[in-house]
Amino acid sequence: MSKSTRDAFGESLLEVGESNKKIVVVSCDLSGATRTKAFGKKFPDRFFEVGIAEQNGISVAAGLAMEGFRPFISSFGAFITGRYDQIRISCAYTKAPVVIVGTHAGLAIGKDGATQMGIEDINKMSGIPGMQIFQPADAIETKQIIEYLSKNNELAYLRLSRQPQETVHKPDYIFEFNKGKVLKEGKDLTIIATGDTVQSSLQSAEELAKKGIDLDVINISTLKPIDKELILEYAKKRPGIITVEDHSIIGGLGSRVCEIIAEAGLKTKVKRLGINDCFGESGKPEDLYRKHGLDKEGIIKSIKEFSENL
Amino acid sequence: MNLTDVALEIRRRTLKSLYSAQSGHPGPSLSIVEMLSTLFFKEMNIKGEERDRFILSKGHAAASFYAVLSILGHISEDQLLTLREMGSPLQGHPVKGTLPLVDASTGSLGQGLSIGIGYALGIKLKGQDRRVYVIIGDGESQEGQIWEAAMAAPKFKLGNLLVIVDYNKYQNDGAVKDIMPLDPLADKWKSFGWHVQEVDGHDMDALTEAYQNARKERDKPSVIVANTMKGKGISFMEGEMSWHSKAMKPEEYESAMNELGVKPDE
Repeated sequence: MSKSTRDAFGESLLEVGESNKKIVVVSCDLSGATRTKAFGKKFPDRFFEVGIAEQNGISVAAGLAMEGFRPFISSFGAFITGRYDQIRISCAYTKAPVVIVGTHAGLAIGKDGATQMGIEDINKMSGIPGMQIFQPADAIETKQIIEYLSKNNELAYLRLSRQPQETVHKPDYIFEFNKGKVLKEGKDLTIIATGDTVQSSLQSAEELAKKGIDLDVINISTLKPIDKELILEYAKKRPGIITVEDHSIIGGLGSRVCEIIAEAGLKTKVKRLGINDCFGESGKPEDLYRKHGLDKEGIIKSIKEFSENL
Repeated sequence: MNLTDVALEIRRRTLKSLYSAQSGHPGPSLSIVEMLSTLFFKEMNIKGEERDRFILSKGHAAASFYAVLSILGHISEDQLLTLREMGSPLQGHPVKGTLPLVDASTGSLGQGLSIGIGYALGIKLKGQDRRVYVIIGDGESQEGQIWEAAMAAPKFKLGNLLVIVDYNKYQNDGAVKDIMPLDPLADKWKSFGWHVQEVDGHDMDALTEAYQNARKERDKPSVIVANTMKGKGISFMEGEMSWHSKAMKPEEYESAMNELGVKPDE
């Protein structure tokens, strides 16, 4: 089954919106692309279209949160996190618990190009005190995260993808806040991945197993706070960890893993796979992934080199 | 207490705390005193859960807002003297959660009006009769977000929203007309679809009447462009740019308090 996490979000929002009347949506003219349109059709009184004015939208959402509602505001990740001070002050410092949804994560969006791609969004949001950060790996996880967010009342950033993704979790998967999920147990090295890259990490691990490299694959879907315990558990067991994200290698999953390992004084070597401090560009998603080594073959190549140089 | 007495007391307590802190914004705090007096002691419903909302979007004027809160009994006279000290609820710019009646953490200009719209929308959705009051600055009106908000409020027919622009004509580095002119300011708001009034921001009767007129607008948000003077109430501060953000020397403090009818050791 293949579904984008933005689609899963839209469907799930409709479901939770039915039972939780406090949920409201602030839209910035991207309700179609960010899949909040169906909510708007079903609950027009709880849907506030502010147009292409994200600064206003974010602070409006904060006001709604402080009046007792549970607001979701969505736009492309690049744009919404780009209105940084409103998130930092209207939401975080003011303690107004809004769910900020940033879709169109990473290179994977393809042809629209650099300006539309959320590449530094996790980095931006990570530095904000009190911000929880989530990135689901598939539709199953997305729905559970939405259910979780509809019940808790914390400030959160939810990073979603545009393109359909394969299911990586079993049907009985239960999302746990701040708990990474070991999807495959190996014995040589560990891949820690997030979001869209989890599926390609699993595919790479499957192929490398035939070549005698037995990898663990871990999905981290809560990026802030982060499951230090699990990361350290595997850092102690293995000589090397590879992190994979469709995000800059600066300030995202890879950076967090490095911080944790270094502070614990471990000797585990880390290879960060992601976007190497540059902008994206237009192109077919598969071409872009190939160029940045984020496709299955690219990941395999990087892991082989990493393994040989340990 | 009549409103004139209240305004005088607000000024006294504003200067007391600013002098103690030796840091803060006397000019901008003093220009809004009549607005605060009329809003908190006449216009707004400030009691209970179903009270009106108030946002001091130009958060650097915190000192006079805190003076109001102390008159209302939420801050002791001793606490007033802890303005800007580490650990004091009287932070340099108001912080929601530290004191009653603080509905937003402001200080990063341009955001408070949007937050006010969020409150107004929530109140309307609940079908309640409460109102939202936001004081914004003229320098602050250079922030693009103010105009995003100005576009939005009429769209949502927020008759429960009242904005007051503290048009004191000066900002951090100079006169508004030299930094980035705003005129014709009232016309701008009118063209965005607001109910607009221009008043002398130190005339409390005029302000009170303007609030009443605003209440009659059920489907339009209202804005009052209040012509004010920075440092109003202290002769050597009035219209003096340097008092935007400056500490008072002892003799300046004594002189100012004298003008407000307060003896030095009170």
